[in-house]
Amino acid sequence: MDNTVNLQSEEGFTHNDGIQVVAFRLGKEEYAVDILHVQEIVRLLNITRVPRSAKHIEGVVNLRGNIVPIINLHQRFTIESAGEEEDKRIVVFQFDDFKAGIIVDEVSEVLALNSNDIEETDKVYSSMSSDFIKGIARVDNRLFLLLDLQKIIE
Amino acid sequence: MKKDMSQYLDVFLEESKEHLESLNQKLLDWEKNPGDIAALNEIFRAAHTLKGMSSTMGFEDLADLTHHMENILSDLKEGLLEVNPQVVDILFQCFDRLQQIIERIESNGSGKIDNSELLMILEGIKSGGFQIAASTASNGQDLKGEEILIPALSDTSSFEFNQYDMTVMREAASRNFSSIYIRLCVDPGCLMKSVRAFMVFKALEEDSEIIKSLPPASDIEEGNYEEEIELLVITASSIKELEKRINTISEIKVREIKEIDLASLSPGNRTGTNGDLPGDSRDAVKENKEMPKGHKVKQTVRVDIDRLDILMNLVGELVMHKGRLEQIGASSKIDELNETIEQIDRISGDLQSVVMKVRMVPVEQVFNRFPRMVRDLAKELNKEVDFLIEGKETELDRTVIDEIGDPLVHLLRNAVDHGVESPQERLKRGKPQKATVILRARHEGNNVYIEVEDDGAGINIKRTLEKAVEKGILSTKEAEVMSPEEASQILFNPGFSTTENITDVSGRGVGLDVVKTKIESLSGEIFVDSRPGQGTRFRIKLPLTLAIIQALMISVRDEIYAIPLGSVDETTMIKNEDIKMVQNQEVIVLRGNVLPLFRLTSLLEIPGEAAANEDEMYVVIVRKGERQIGLVVDTLIGQQEIVIKSLGRILAGIPSIAGAIVAGDGFVRLIIDIATLF
Repeated sequence: MDNTVNLQSEEGFTHNDGIQVVAFRLGKEEYAVDILHVQEIVRLLNITRVPRSAKHIEGVVNLRGNIVPIINLHQRFTIESAGEEEDKRIVVFQFDDFKAGIIVDEVSEVLALNSNDIEETDKVYSSMSSDFIKGIARVDNRLFLLLDLQKIIE
Repeated sequence: MKKDMSQYLDVFLEESKEHLESLNQKLLDWEKNPGDIAALNEIFRAAHTLKGMSSTMGFEDLADLTHHMENILSDLKEGLLEVNPQVVDILFQCFDRLQQIIERIESNGSGKIDNSELLMILEGIKSGGFQIAASTASNGQDLKGEEILIPALSDTSSFEFNQYDMTVMREAASRNFSSIYIRLCVDPGCLMKSVRAFMVFKALEEDSEIIKSLPPASDIEEGNYEEEIELLVITASSIKELEKRINTISEIKVREIKEIDLASLSPGNRTGTNGDLPGDSRDAVKENKEMPKGHKVKQTVRVDIDRLDILMNLVGELVMHKGRLEQIGASSKIDELNETIEQIDRISGDLQSVVMKVRMVPVEQVFNRFPRMVRDLAKELNKEVDFLIEGKETELDRTVIDEIGDPLVHLLRNAVDHGVESPQERLKRGKPQKATVILRARHEGNNVYIEVEDDGAGINIKRTLEKAVEKGILSTKEAEVMSPEEASQILFNPGFSTTENITDVSGRGVGLDVVKTKIESLSGEIFVDSRPGQGTRFRIKLPLTLAIIQALMISVRDEIYAIPLGSVDETTMIKNEDIKMVQNQEVIVLRGNVLPLFRLTSLLEIPGEAAANEDEMYVVIVRKGERQIGLVVDTLIGQQEIVIKSLGRILAGIPSIAGAIVAGDGFVRLIIDIATLF
């Protein structure tokens, strides 16, 4: 995978009109989330299934003594998991009063996005999963879907 | 408020609330038993402290009101004012106002409030007897303002005894204590009159009880007296001993000391007094006698509850890692390691029980606010209720205490509103006019039981069933075959209320189901039993603590679960042919009882292939309320101490799962919640 990303967008970046995101891969698609919500990225942990929970809840893990629920976005977006088992990670998010993690196939990089790069979703396409997408960022020839974490968790 | 005082505000608020609670409680005690001088003294003391605190903090309105209250209390104590329901009501009103003021201080800091009408009433009581109070309280009850009994000692000027003093003295005489009158004088040049007086009190209180003093004790303690102090003392010692003891105190001299001859005091018009009084004050004297012994104050430290939670979490982590060490120890077979692990096990066990005890608080904290509530409620509904509290020293985990208040309020309101009949109706049915409501707490094993019992009409089963059918909760057919026990459980159904007329108090259709949900969220259970015409009893069963429990670890296919040991009755092994089918439900017969058999694989939708069809299987017999069921599991792993962790907001409320633990191997394991499993 091309690791050298041309961060054109970084030019002219200021705090007012841009955000930093963590970019990762689900199947063959690329996604990104606001870095402010990301607490840490860890290797796959032993996941305990939770009976009778919602379909998209993969289970819970022990993160240094804390119980953290893990959300399966592949399930939610009906994406086939792809890539090496070795590359898979759990991205742990911290919200006001709770934590949650998602399983990703690979974490690619941290990007600074200019607000000009971000298009609203309804301009691009509408589908069921677009509810969870805040927007689409275009950097070079790559597309990053920006996830709305709050909505995913609800 | 003065700026430099702000740092004390938290302490002030907390202590004020405590004093207020004690005021309410003692006034209730005293209302029930006007001979209880100890209660009155306690009220006086609390009011006095509150006054001092609030004026130091600069809350003038608060201080002013307490000051006026104190005047009334002082008159009551001196017997200058007769106790009657109006005065008590006014005092309760004052307490409510104090509460309001304190709440205001808490929310916006000023605590300014117009108390003029209350102050006027208080002034009125003090100066002109009960007329004003009576007209304001307008309770329509007869005034009991009777003559105060004042037989004066023949040769002393100002000392007078009221009826309480008399009964106390009579009681003392019957127990071979003597009542002694002492007149002391203090050296006119004495600089620390209050200290001298304190020394006198201390010397006397070794084996005596001072029941009256002139000037009042509070004035003496502040040094607000001229040269003389007059005291009435009940003592087991002789006059000589007392005299000797007092005269050893410098700058103090006994002017006069003599035993009071009860017979010589004119008996006065005792016919008008309440007939129960001698009996009541007998208890009071007993309490007085016991007080000096039980009054040793233990040293305590106030700790922020958050810190205790942190401590508890740390201990939880420790217990978890101890479990891990034990596993390593078991596999490594190093003797030294295992010995150390045993030590750690012992210490962490002790530590855990200490932390647990620190978190335990007596249910008293919650119970204390109920007497007042029940009293007000009974008055409002025109019912007569005797409210008894038993076992208030029973201890419960702090987290449970915080949550249990609301459900109990609900049950008590129910008892007074729905349970207890009106006095007329009770008389008609040949019951005592005054109903009894009991709130009881007690330990039993690893559980605490809290019961709310009334001797009212009981649950009207017929009406309950009719209503259930009407509301579509039951079909007519179901209602016909229902046993009374099952029928009373319908009360816990959402949206059910049997009261015929909706009152302010309860009966808006939300009720017992909320209580039930709350109790279950605390891993508790609630039962009701009732006898028509004789009363109703609600029983709440609660775990002692929610944080660390014993659990049975079991495995089903590849998954491991914990079942709280409190729900497990026994484990057994059955053969395939022991399983019978009844109406499409697997059952087993255990010592003559037929128990339904459930498979965790299907209840918990556990994936994977069934194990090779073995002939024998393990069954865990668990209990939910009165019901027993069997759960089929693959293996019993063993008993273990577990630290319960919450699954967090996203996974909250999943049926059949009560929480999670981090096992010794680092895996998360789930705790099965029997109450919502089936």
